[in-house]
Amino acid sequence: MSSPSKPLLSLKDTALQFGERTLWKELNLTVNEGEFIAILGPNGTGKTSLLRGLLGLQQFTEGTVSIRGTLPHRGNSDIGYIPQQKTFDKDLSIRGRDLVKLGLDGHRFGAVRRNKNVMKRVDEAIEEVGATRYADSPIGLLSGGEQQRLRIAQSLLSKPSLLLCDEPLSSLDLKSQQSISTLIDSYRKQFNTTVLFVTHDINPVLDIVDRVLYLVNGKWAIGTPEEILTTASLTQLYGTPVDVLRIRGRIIVVNASDNPGLSGHHHIPAIKVEG
Amino acid sequence: MTDLFFYLTQPFAQHALLAAVIVAVICGIIGPFVIMRSMAFAVHGTSELAFTGASAGLLVGNNPLAGALVGTLLFASIIGTLGVRERERDSAIGVILAFGLGVGVLLLSFYHGFASEATNILFGNIFGVSSNQLLFLIVIGVGATIAMLVMYRPLLFASVDPEVAEARGVPMKLVGILFLLILAFAVTEAAQIVGTLLVLSLAITPAAAAQRLSSRPIIVTLLSIAFALIASVGGLLASLASGDIKPSVFITFISFGIYIVVRVVCRLQRQK
Repeated sequence: MSSPSKPLLSLKDTALQFGERTLWKELNLTVNEGEFIAILGPNGTGKTSLLRGLLGLQQFTEGTVSIRGTLPHRGNSDIGYIPQQKTFDKDLSIRGRDLVKLGLDGHRFGAVRRNKNVMKRVDEAIEEVGATRYADSPIGLLSGGEQQRLRIAQSLLSKPSLLLCDEPLSSLDLKSQQSISTLIDSYRKQFNTTVLFVTHDINPVLDIVDRVLYLVNGKWAIGTPEEILTTASLTQLYGTPVDVLRIRGRIIVVNASDNPGLSGHHHIPAIKVEG
Repeated sequence: MTDLFFYLTQPFAQHALLAAVIVAVICGIIGPFVIMRSMAFAVHGTSELAFTGASAGLLVGNNPLAGALVGTLLFASIIGTLGVRERERDSAIGVILAFGLGVGVLLLSFYHGFASEATNILFGNIFGVSSNQLLFLIVIGVGATIAMLVMYRPLLFASVDPEVAEARGVPMKLVGILFLLILAFAVTEAAQIVGTLLVLSLAITPAAAAQRLSSRPIIVTLLSIAFALIASVGGLLASLASGDIKPSVFITFISFGIYIVVRVVCRLQRQK
């Protein structure tokens, strides 16, 4: 991106192990302010664990991590978090507005007081993501796209400099995938927010990403989509023949070995687009 | 009616009334969270262990209230340390509940005092509250209410949106265990009024009705408290007026009645 490159996040020689299993090791990464990084790779390669590590919920086994000069720690208000869209019970007694507000003060113990300043900030955030119309409806009655818009408002209330997104587009329809990724992108441009975006499908964010971090079976590669998402580099990373096809500006990864865990998840969404 | 006014000048009825108010407030506050966290079965399990504890307390020191508190706190700590995941939790509750009931029945078979003591544990005996017991109820009731006010936001966050709550630094385990302990206090209190078998009529029913009327957490909590108050105070007065029918009967009836009316009203509104 064109913004002056100031590093926001750096990982040096980090490793993550669960018992005997090493998810990855010697992972080195420097991410600049305002950069949009997509994190790709098969299930179980530690994409979510990487985010949990940055949130201070998971210890890295080795290495040093710095986020704006500080170590990862719980409750870091400089980090926003957007999870997967989930199904809320239809009769869950909470409105979209309440969910957004919890992002600002939900972690605080102490009696609840009416605070005009807080109300105003919540109102503004809801308006900015275009969710004013349905912010007072029970959250369980909203569509996936509407819920994710409120999630964005929730995560950005504390004006974080790092936004972690864990599969925020999965289980959304294509139109919502587009509008949600556009919204996240316009935010990072407006506030120069760094975005780490875990996804199983690169295509909805292909035009937005600066670099791709690809994790496979303990190995990793980082670079622009043009560098990483090629037959040669993914074949080397997977250690088995992989074909990367580009069709109408979309990328389809096909794993020649018949391993559904490695191949299936990339080409299915692309086929939907062409249909 | 004149009987009712006469009763209300008597200390035993005044004690009972005060206890009914305290219990309604704490049950009204915890109810919506019990529903959000799908913990109705945990409440039921806690109250069954209040029965076991009360039987033990009766046998050992003629003090069912202290026994019930020990029983519920023990149960809460076991559940809190054992099952974190919902499904695990429910099966663990089932296992302990069944065994606990068996122990309670065994303990009661050793007890050769007043037969009414056993039914009091099961169905409540609010008119038997002594001033010492009342003080005890006030202290734990006020303590539990303050604790709920202090942890209201993190508990709400952890209940409706656990992934983001954890990411924002809410201590999920601590919040879960604290809520279980508050539940133990609330159930012990409620068991004094409606008995261990009927605790759900104050801990769930008012909140279930309130939840249908609003989707704002604070309004739901306030309505839940209001419904619990109407049921417990109303049930108490009705019992005094009736003469010999236990308050728990009227409390369950009123609380169920509110729930039915709310459901019917909601249905009619939707048809408009």
